[in-house]
Amino acid sequence: MNRQGNFVRSESDAALRTRALESLLVEKGLLTTDTVDKVVEKYEKDVGPLNGARVVARAWTDNGYRRRLLENGTAAIAELGFAGREGAEIVVLENTSTVHNVVVCTLCSCYPWPVLGLPPGWYKSFAYRSRLVREPRAVLREFDLHLPESVEVRVWDSNSDLRYMVLPEQPEGTEDFTEEALVPLVTRDAMIGVARIDSPSN
Amino acid sequence: MKGQIDRKIADAETTVALPRQNGELVFEAPWEARAFGLAVALCEKGVYEWREFSAALASRIAAAEKENDPSDYYARWVASLEELAIEKGLVARGQLTARTARFASDRHEDHDHGQV
Repeated sequence: MNRQGNFVRSESDAALRTRALESLLVEKGLLTTDTVDKVVEKYEKDVGPLNGARVVARAWTDNGYRRRLLENGTAAIAELGFAGREGAEIVVLENTSTVHNVVVCTLCSCYPWPVLGLPPGWYKSFAYRSRLVREPRAVLREFDLHLPESVEVRVWDSNSDLRYMVLPEQPEGTEDFTEEALVPLVTRDAMIGVARIDSPSN
Repeated sequence: MKGQIDRKIADAETTVALPRQNGELVFEAPWEARAFGLAVALCEKGVYEWREFSAALASRIAAAEKENDPSDYYARWVASLEELAIEKGLVARGQLTARTARFASDRHEDHDHGQV
C-alpha cells in the first residue's frame, strides 16, 4: 500500500503520481489543465529576479521608495505591480558597509517568489539549509564572497508567512546611473545575500 | 553525508541551472512544473492556505533527510501534495493509488511499489 511516510523513489514514479493526481483533480472539476498551465507559464516566463532588480533599482534612485520598502516590503513591492497570492509578507533587509544580510529557509524552500521567482537548486539543498546558520562566513566564502571580520553577518530564516529579500549596497561609481541603467546590474544572488554587486567598471 | 556537505555549494547550481531571461530554468522536467502548478493552483482556489502546504513539505523534507532518503525535491513536493489532497478530501487514497497504477501499466513500465 501507498501508506503515509512512504517516499517517492524515483523521478518516473513521481511523474506518474503527478499525472494521476492532476487527472483526478481535473475529473472532479477541482481544476482545469488550463489553470495549471497558466500558473506554470507565469513562473517559467514572467516571475523572476528581474522583478526584484526593478525594486532594488527604484530603491537606489528614490529615497522615499527606499524608506517605504524597508518599512513595509510587501506594500512597496506591490506598488511596482509585484504581488503574490500565497499570502506571505516580504521583508526587505538593507545591506550596508557594516551589516551583511543573507537569507535561507532552513526547513524547506520558502522564498520571495513575487520578486525573485522560484529558488535556485542550491537554495533548496541540504548543505545550504543546514550550514548557513551555523557557519555563514564559510558558506559565503564558497560563493566567493569574502567579508571582512568587521562586517556583521545576519542570517534570516524564511518561513511560509514571512519571506526575506536583501537590498544590496549600490556599487560605487553608479551614483549618476538612471534607474533603467541600474536594473541589469542587480543579480539574484545579491538579493539572496550570497553576493555583492560589483562596480561596473571592474 | 559529510563529503556531500563539503562540496562547494555554489558549484551545485551549474548542474541544475541553465541561463534564461528571467533568471534560470526553474524545472528540470515537465512533471516538476505540473506538480508545482497543481500545488499553487489549489492554493489560489482557496483549497488550502499556502502555509499548510509549506508545513507538509517541510516535514516531508525533514523525514527524508533524517532517513537519508535520496528522493529529490519535487518528488517530496508531490508526495506532500498527495497527502494534503487526501487530507482535504479532494481525492481518496485508493483512487490515487489505482490511477497511478493504471498509468504505470499503460506505460508498460515495471515499477516495484511493493503493492499487491
